[in-house]
Amino acid sequence: MKKLIATLLTSFLLGVGLVSGAQASGGGIEWDKFPKEKLADTAALQNGAKLFVNYCLNCHAAAFMRYNRLRDIGLTEAQIKANLMFATDKVGDTMKVSLDPKNAKEWFGGLPPDLTVIARSRADGAKGSSADYLYTYLRSYYRDETKATGWNNMAFPSVGMPHVLWELQGQRTARFAEEADAHAPGKTVHVFKGYEPLTPGTMSSLQYDNAVADLVAYLQWMGEPAQEQRFRLGVWVLLFLSVFTVIAWRLNAAFWKDIK
Amino acid sequence: MAEFKEAPAGAPLGEQLLTWVDNRFPASKLYKEHMSEYYAPKNFNFWYIFGSLALLVLVIQIVTGIFLVMHYKPDAALAFASVEYIMRDVPWGWLIRYMHSTGASAFFVVVYLHMFRGLIYGSYRKPRELVWIFGCGIFLCLMAEAFMGYLLPWGQMSYWGAQVIVNLFAAVPFVGPDLALLIRGDYVVSDATLNRFFSFHVIAVPLVLLGLVVAHIIALHEVGSNNPDGVEIKGPNAPKDAQGHPLDGIPFHPYYSVHDIFAVSMFLMVFTAIIFFAPELGGYFLEYNNFIPADPLKTPAHIAPVWYFTPFYSMLRATTDDLVTVLCLITGLAAVLAFLKGRFPAAAKVGILVAAVVLIALLKMFDAKFWGVVVMGAAVIILFFLPWLDRSPVKSIRYRPDWHKYLYAVFVLFFFVLGYLGIKPPSDIGTFIAQVGTLFYFGFFLLMPFWSQIGKPKPVPERVTFHAH
Repeated sequence: MKKLIATLLTSFLLGVGLVSGAQASGGGIEWDKFPKEKLADTAALQNGAKLFVNYCLNCHAAAFMRYNRLRDIGLTEAQIKANLMFATDKVGDTMKVSLDPKNAKEWFGGLPPDLTVIARSRADGAKGSSADYLYTYLRSYYRDETKATGWNNMAFPSVGMPHVLWELQGQRTARFAEEADAHAPGKTVHVFKGYEPLTPGTMSSLQYDNAVADLVAYLQWMGEPAQEQRFRLGVWVLLFLSVFTVIAWRLNAAFWKDIK
Repeated sequence: MAEFKEAPAGAPLGEQLLTWVDNRFPASKLYKEHMSEYYAPKNFNFWYIFGSLALLVLVIQIVTGIFLVMHYKPDAALAFASVEYIMRDVPWGWLIRYMHSTGASAFFVVVYLHMFRGLIYGSYRKPRELVWIFGCGIFLCLMAEAFMGYLLPWGQMSYWGAQVIVNLFAAVPFVGPDLALLIRGDYVVSDATLNRFFSFHVIAVPLVLLGLVVAHIIALHEVGSNNPDGVEIKGPNAPKDAQGHPLDGIPFHPYYSVHDIFAVSMFLMVFTAIIFFAPELGGYFLEYNNFIPADPLKTPAHIAPVWYFTPFYSMLRATTDDLVTVLCLITGLAAVLAFLKGRFPAAAKVGILVAAVVLIALLKMFDAKFWGVVVMGAAVIILFFLPWLDRSPVKSIRYRPDWHKYLYAVFVLFFFVLGYLGIKPPSDIGTFIAQVGTLFYFGFFLLMPFWSQIGKPKPVPERVTFHAH
């Protein structure tokens, strides 16, 4: 039996190795790692919420997220009402926006996606989590006059959204070089050679990265407000089950000890 | 009518009540037949826990499903939002939903392991053919249940997965487009589709599923469980005690109930670890794309079914024109072999040749896409015939020739590889490997009547091998 399991396991691993080698990796830039410790940092989540309602929640909705759920990240209802609600006066309302879809189509080429669960939908097994993507994306804007909005993005080429946080980050442009294509002789490829600053923003590069991390932490939290509770409860459930497993194991042994 | 019993005078209330019930309903009789006096072989090993676990997961799915339906809205405009409502606003809704979504995958994990157990120990052999066939029916229902349930969250993957699979039916010759229309209730997957899938998912299929589960267990308890040695413990020659109970058997309750409690506890450790710490399980249990609401105008770059369908989906994709040509060659070769070497009457030989020519003509006449659907369906249907395909003189892998074990290992390997390839976008080398895997899968079953008889089995013991704990 053990031999059989071992054979099966080896053959399985061999098989996976065999085929995974055959898969080429996808295009696009590598994603930076989102600093996960931000998720446990209430101040970061609150700052993220502030950035979110100020910069994102004008065009993007979060239609499944209620304002009063923000109490879960340590805000009082009075604070929420006074500082974070611009579109409604009912704290039990969800985060909707009143952007006219026709205008949106004209300005951005389509309706900006709802952001409630955006941090659960962008992961890519090969590149990283949704948070990694968002953290990279919001830090990859550059000026590109060939685009309708004047902006382009390394993580999301020809993105419809202009750089909403440009005042914080400042403006920059991307430098590209034409290099010989290793795969096709005689052809060249467009290779990214780094950013060049144009005008400084109100934040330093470090501060900006930090602010984006706060915002992404908030988006991650908003994607599943119960996640903190889920982790905490899970620990207790597993503790209970480990004790119960020992009891069940000994119970089983007690019943079977006389069976010959 | 059975004899009317009287509880002795002054008996405790419980006994009086039970006597009253037993005179009207076989409560004690059922309990004895299926629990306290159902004798199961005492040499069950690790592989024998998955039947009970499948029952546990079934109960989890039904109970969580009932609560989900209280809050879910089967309406294309509201479905996605109602799932998020369950995740956010319904008390403990997130837990119920994760139990249900993780339960779907867990169901397939335990059922695949349960089926593999049957495969290696020959649990489908006489007299357990119906146990196996009911089980295959359960597997089919489970696939239908999973497929239709997956549409309900109305995410991108729900929508496009359903679109792709329903479109497959359109490849059926002559009636295809009408058939697809009948399934969808519309020209594209839409609100009508969602409503009928909801109805099937919560009522129709579970009813059939429950009926089959009952039939599966009744049939099993009628013929008795097989065991890792493949020795009949209740046969006419099997050793029995003075009461006629098999010496190699042991009452299900309490011996296997405590066994199963232990197994359930271990299973729940893994199950809850996933629910609480990784409910998406890296995109395999909940796909990332499914957190984007369904958009009929935006086709995702890569549409893949959930992991439990991917071995069969791989076979579907592997059925290209090239593979159809290979199938034609194999059919022709088999017919010629049967004609030259087969020991049939001349008329039967001619019949085989004609049938082969017709099959080859059909293979070439219809689109490879249609044959892909046939291959995918046949891959599941072929399991029903396993009891008659296996001609080995012994049931259990333990006493089969060693090379049989390697053959089973290669079979499992290909099943995993096909599953893996089905998750990935198609590639040339991937398609080739999947074609080899598909041919091996069908070769394994269709040639089983021949290869299972080859080789010298090891001597099967008189009694089961059992080592005291």
